[in-house]
Amino acid sequence: MTAPITAAAGTQPAPEFPKKSYLNDGTTIRSWLLTHDHKRIALLYLVGTIIGLFLGGIFAMVIRLELLTPGPTIIEALTYNRMFTLHGLVMIFMFMIPVIPGVFGNFFLPIMLGAKDVAFPKWNLTSWYVYMAGSALMLWGLITGGADTGWTFYAPYSTTTTTNITPVLLGVFIIGFSSILTGLNFIVTIHTLRAPGVTWFKMPLFVWAVYATSIIQVLATPVLGLTTLLVSAEHAFGFGFFDPARGGDPILFQHLFWFYSHPAVYIMVLPSMGVISEVICSVARKNIFGYKMIAMSSLGIAFVGFFAWGHHLFTSGQSPFDAGAFAAISMLVGVFTAIKVFNWVGTLYKGAISFTAPFAYICGFLFFLVFGGMTGVALATVSLDVHWQDTYFVVAHFHFIMVGAVIMGFLAALHYWFPKMFGRKYPENWALLAAGLIVLGFNATFIPQFLLGNAGMPRRYYEYPERFTSLNVASTAGASLLAFGFIIIAIYLAIALKHGEVAGRNPWGSTGYEWDTPSPPPTENFDKVLVYDRGPHEYSDIPEDHAKVGHAS
Amino acid sequence: MNELMRRLLFLPEQASTFAEDVDHLHYFVITVTMVASAAVALVAIAFFWKYRRRHENQSTPHISPTAGFEVLAISVPLAFFLLWFAIGFRDFVKVSSPPPDAMDVYVMGKQWMWKFAYPEGPSSIGVLHVPANRPVRLLVTSRDVIHSIFVPAFRIKIDALPGRYTEIWFTATKTGRYQILCTEYCGAQHSKMWGEVVVMAPEAFDEWLKDQQRGLVSRQDVLADETGQITTLQGSLAQWGKQVAVAQGCLRCHNVDSREPATGPSWVDLYQQPTKLTDGREIIADEAYLTESMMEPTVKVVAGFQPLMPNYQGKLSGADAAAIVEFIKSLRSDRTAQATGGEDQ
Amino acid sequence: MTPEGWLEPPPLPHHYETEENHKQALRFGMWLFLGTEVLLFAGIFVGYFVFRSYFPEAFEQAGRHLSLFWGTSNTLVLLTSSFTVATAHYFAEHGKNRNAFWLLMASVVMGAMFLCIKGIEYHDKFEELALPGKFFHYNEITAPGGPIFYVVYFFATGLHALHVIVGMSLLTWVAVRCWRKEFSPQYYAPVENAGLYWHLVDLVWIFLYPLLYLV
Repeated sequence: MTAPITAAAGTQPAPEFPKKSYLNDGTTIRSWLLTHDHKRIALLYLVGTIIGLFLGGIFAMVIRLELLTPGPTIIEALTYNRMFTLHGLVMIFMFMIPVIPGVFGNFFLPIMLGAKDVAFPKWNLTSWYVYMAGSALMLWGLITGGADTGWTFYAPYSTTTTTNITPVLLGVFIIGFSSILTGLNFIVTIHTLRAPGVTWFKMPLFVWAVYATSIIQVLATPVLGLTTLLVSAEHAFGFGFFDPARGGDPILFQHLFWFYSHPAVYIMVLPSMGVISEVICSVARKNIFGYKMIAMSSLGIAFVGFFAWGHHLFTSGQSPFDAGAFAAISMLVGVFTAIKVFNWVGTLYKGAISFTAPFAYICGFLFFLVFGGMTGVALATVSLDVHWQDTYFVVAHFHFIMVGAVIMGFLAALHYWFPKMFGRKYPENWALLAAGLIVLGFNATFIPQFLLGNAGMPRRYYEYPERFTSLNVASTAGASLLAFGFIIIAIYLAIALKHGEVAGRNPWGSTGYEWDTPSPPPTENFDKVLVYDRGPHEYSDIPEDHAKVGHAS
Repeated sequence: MNELMRRLLFLPEQASTFAEDVDHLHYFVITVTMVASAAVALVAIAFFWKYRRRHENQSTPHISPTAGFEVLAISVPLAFFLLWFAIGFRDFVKVSSPPPDAMDVYVMGKQWMWKFAYPEGPSSIGVLHVPANRPVRLLVTSRDVIHSIFVPAFRIKIDALPGRYTEIWFTATKTGRYQILCTEYCGAQHSKMWGEVVVMAPEAFDEWLKDQQRGLVSRQDVLADETGQITTLQGSLAQWGKQVAVAQGCLRCHNVDSREPATGPSWVDLYQQPTKLTDGREIIADEAYLTESMMEPTVKVVAGFQPLMPNYQGKLSGADAAAIVEFIKSLRSDRTAQATGGEDQ
Repeated sequence: MTPEGWLEPPPLPHHYETEENHKQALRFGMWLFLGTEVLLFAGIFVGYFVFRSYFPEAFEQAGRHLSLFWGTSNTLVLLTSSFTVATAHYFAEHGKNRNAFWLLMASVVMGAMFLCIKGIEYHDKFEELALPGKFFHYNEITAPGGPIFYVVYFFATGLHALHVIVGMSLLTWVAVRCWRKEFSPQYYAPVENAGLYWHLVDLVWIFLYPLLYLV
């Protein structure tokens, strides 16, 4: 297959569902649970992360309901504190971190590289089991032990709390292993298993984003592991590493914690940016504008992200010099993100854009990323942070990035690749309705929270002064809209899984490498030998000399 | 314009000099943010309208950015960000560098209340009295976990850390009552750890302080020690500091009746004195330095002395350390006799 | 079975094109993994330097109270074991499985010796109550910060000992495979990777030893 896929793909006669695919290659439970196939492992991850999203969503709704009135509403203070701890930990470690690399990375990274599997399939499966075991331990610990420290585990509160946080910390430690294994597997796969012809600069941008993510996972997670071990040892035995009464230093905890947890934000958002780079080319049916700029800015974010952690400590008595240095470095993240945004918008220019659910999510993504990102820059502006630190402004900011950008990316990926993964189409009208609800509900939930932060409402507040009531009610109303949108998606996707229209090889007319395989792909991924004589995001005939390097630049 | 923006953004009233500076930068940053994000979304929608897919087999031209575009994409955001950074950093340096004539108030957070102590003696729980139009410096610490003191109307916030002092300052501009909130999650009653700043006219404040010193209002337990016992104080924080210094054996190595150095530097006239360190740097012996010297004495050793002093981290409570600092501040050679020779311990 | 008596190497996993490609992936993966291990210990070293700057005296005193004799012996034991592992790697690469087996077993024994010596040291510390945090009741260290030194000491050496145990299990596993003559010039990646892991364990100790015992 040498010619680029032409746009004519959509006009062929009704496609048939392939008889043999990875989905029916072994139908027993055992064949799923012991599989080494990266595509099946991706679906296992999908199950795990959707459980995480569901639980985290329920906890979020409980929090929003409690905040409907200034005083106690439905639960007690301690339950509330456990609830936001649960919400944070479950959403971050069970959903946000593994979701895009675990599901779409596992499924598509090898296919996009022309490989039959990831470098270490057994470790890949192990990593899923480790993830599930860690999640189970963490959840069990949260529910029976009732950890109430918030996901940040700030010492000395976390080391002196009467609740039992040790299993939670060990759960996080174990999930960290899974994260390291996945990242390591992807890095090795990208380095060693690219098919002949897939040069570095012919790799799809999603692969670049996952590559940058994996580097962070491998380098930052061990430090989190050590930190959780130290906190649990201190909580259990009273070591005093972070306790000033015994000579320890609570600020050291914050440095160790944020050394992981700040780059962790990029573990969550970079893959989502990768998804957008893929999807935007396909819906606009146009080459990506500035391939190298987007690819390199992913690496730039990963690199700079390692040196920005101190901006979480602006009000901790940090010296102005340190604060200034961390602030300036944080600004660079904004610049790299801006480069991506300009290139995505440039991709739409003179394209042939189809209005589908993935495009709706792209629009939502762009707005949330720009607004969320620029409020991030605002927060890094040191003097402004003095007012905003630990208020709802921060909560709104990171939800704009985490929920806004990451979930938009997740939903765009889910809709865009659903036909490839399951061989069937989802109902477009329902999808657009749900997308509309989600974008609207999301804004209604979190824009009031920015204003709450301005007004001075601190985060993790069970009760609040009366003057914050109206904005909190608005936020809760928005959240219910958001929840409604998710319920619609769950229903129509469940139906489409069995009864959706058969998608065929390439329903979008996309030129991404993965669309050159049957939908759903066979166990060995390919039914023919692919020849990579063009870049992954090419939609027009380009001059010969450019075609060789893959891209005009 | 200021008032309109403030109301649109739900910001609380501006009751300190710092609040106005911060808000102006805030308006600038947030306006650019809103314009930029709306612009990106609108451009996306406009492109969609203009370049929507008209038929299934439509093809598109190959477009790549020019070098000029790339330079613009980097330099325009960078220029804005650096400008904000510069203004924000300048203001941050300002809010972290109290003027020398600022009035000091010691703040201690504990689960779940705020305690305020004035060097002259009075103290209170939950309510901080300050004069308008005079700089006030808060020296903040915690007795248990980390808290953070936040006065939205002043736009200031600083963490209260156990075992060390942090500082921030403000000049209140309007008399009135403003809420204090705790912004670092500290347990079950975190959301109830409120307090109040009462900004008084300067003359009224001086009156109030005098009344307090006369003992009209009963003394609170700001100096309660770790066991929760309330130490009833006779006199000022400085006198309490002297007792602590004796009990901890500080005076074995530090002179308090003459400027002669002993094993360690004399405390007389030490406060605010430029001091040369062994590594050649020169620093001013302010509260931060004095507290640091108790907690980590070997980090900044005064030139001419050996790093012999034991470390008091974990041995001195926050209140004790504050009291010793006040004691040192009271040791001026022009009034040494008064401060050390007065009443007995 | 090959003419030289080696077992057939395991078949190339289906998704690799060449054996060289597979080897490269295994080696690269191992190096990345070692990188994560280095970062794990880096956190402890950061803690060490931070607290050393807070409590230089206590760290000095406590360092003097560690047994230089046992510490140095342990360093020698571990260095020797690293040498035997490297030699075993050489033999496995040349298909001399028996030699490799005995050298690997010697390394495992030295690992065990290391743990025994560590145990003796721990035992002494427990006797003296030179223990971390609230368990610290050791009068020889007068400067404040003693409890923190022992947190660092026990945490660092404990985590290291855990790595020694993991390393010993890995070496035993490849030793058994040597006994079964599984390795040949075509296939010796497990010996190489287990050896790399052991060298890392050694390397961490090379940093811990001077910081805890000598400085």
